[in-house]
This record gives sequence, structure tokens and C-alpha cells, in this order.
Amino acid sequence: MNVESNPEASLSLEALKNGDRHELARMVDLYSEKIYRLALKFTNNPQDAEDVLQETFLKAMRALPEFEGRSSLSTWLYRIAVNEALMLLRKQKPDIALDIPAEEEDSSEEMSSNGLILADWCCLPEDELLSEESRRFLDQAIQQLPATLRGVFVLRDLEGMSIKETADLLGLSETNVKTRLLRARLFLRQQLSRYFGERLKEWEQK
Amino acid sequence: MSDHLDCQQLLSSISEFVDGELDPELCRRIEQHLTECENCRIVINTLRKTIDLYQHQPASEGLPREIRQRLFYRLHLEDFLNHDPA
Repeated sequence: MNVESNPEASLSLEALKNGDRHELARMVDLYSEKIYRLALKFTNNPQDAEDVLQETFLKAMRALPEFEGRSSLSTWLYRIAVNEALMLLRKQKPDIALDIPAEEEDSSEEMSSNGLILADWCCLPEDELLSEESRRFLDQAIQQLPATLRGVFVLRDLEGMSIKETADLLGLSETNVKTRLLRARLFLRQQLSRYFGERLKEWEQK
Repeated sequence: MSDHLDCQQLLSSISEFVDGELDPELCRRIEQHLTECENCRIVINTLRKTIDLYQHQPASEGLPREIRQRLFYRLHLEDFLNHDPA
């Protein structure tokens, strides 16, 4: 999903701000699937994702008359959705800090070159890399990321947003986004290397 | 600063390197290091592949019908349910 390529030009902002229900329904149909998918990646739970989806549009419809158009409508909606998703995660796991203290950002285990798994699994055939089982593993691996790292990875690498858009949406500095993105990517590379490293051994024995 | 980059230094720039967002001088030093270090070559290649696999998610199947229906009711827009989704 590219924020800039959304076909929102076809929506009348004037009508939306005036509460035109037909136009509101069109806005919901334009963005609901993307917002649901985003919420699902954040929460990994269909019921939670549906709650985020509903709350996002309820809040958006209430706030639309004051929408000033400083960001695009889609960015504005995603910001509401991301805040809803993070709020929900905080409520569910109040004991788990969603933010990592800055001083810890560079000292974590996955930032060290010691202990990196060095299986060269890139040569595995496509049907092995893209199997149903692999896909499930990829989804599970994302869920093991701490929420703040997951947010950055989802927006930047899955939704294709720029570093700046990701920073704006999450209220982080660009440096912070880059650090978290690095950690998230290295964590996932490590998980996938463990998994595909095993597949590689099996495949080489065939 | 020494012209020789160690593996740990490479690791801290690896994310920006694969995104092509590093300054040319650091890029050159990383590429130099990669010609001499097989382990770092593997880490870079598997990192690229990891991002690549995540970016090629299966095509979306659209919002499930019953979720769309509950959403429209919650928003009091149910009279527009029969319009074709965009």
C-alpha cells in the first residue's frame, strides 16, 4: 500500500466534511480493507482488528468536520488506526513496555554480530520459500517482535511507507525509526535463518 | 577512521545499505568488506531475502463480507451496504 497512490482524489472532501452519508460510505469502502489488514498485522487477532477498524471510522467520522487536510486523508486515517491499535495493545499488556528506552536501543542481542545464524538459505527453491507452512512461519515471526518494532516493520516494509511517513505516523524521530527498523529486520532474518536453515538441511539430503 | 570496516560496523549500517540510503563512501567500504568476508555476504543476502519474502505477501482477498456488514451497521451507514465496494 502506498499512501500517495490511493485514489482519494475521487472523494469529495467537502461532502465528507458536511457529513454526506453516501460519500462517507464510499470513503469506508475505499479504506476499510487496508485499515483492517493493517490492524490485523498489528494485533494478530481478527476480533481486535475488527474493533480497531470500527473505532477508526467512528473517530474519523466524528473528527472529519475539523479535518484541515494538512496530510492526505489516507495518512490521517492510518494515523487514527495505528493509534487505536497501539492503545489496544497497551490495554491488553499494560505490563509490557511498548517503548524501548533510548539507551537500550543499541545494546540488544540482535545488534551483535556474535550469534548470527549463517545458513545461506537464499538458494532454496521458490516452492519451499513460498509454501503455506513458510507463510505461517513468517506471520508468527512478526508477532514475536515487540510492538514498537513491529509497528515500524509493518508500516515500512509491509505497507511500503517511507522512513518519514513511518516516523510521522508513529510519532518517532526518523533516527529512531531507522534504529528500530534495523533491529526488526535483523530479528526476523535470524528467525527465518533458523527456520529455513533446517529446510536447507532437509533439502540437501534429498 | 580506518578504511577497514569490521563486521559489527557493517551490521549497524546494513539496513540502510540494503535500502540504498547510505552515503557513497560508506557504501564503497561495505562493498569492499563484502569481497573479503563471506559471513557478511550471507547476512546481507539473507536479510535482503527476508525483506523480499515479507514484501511478497499473497494478494489480498478483500474485506470479509460479514466484517463489512458489521462495520456499516456500527457506523449507521447500513442503507449503503448494497452499493458495490470500491
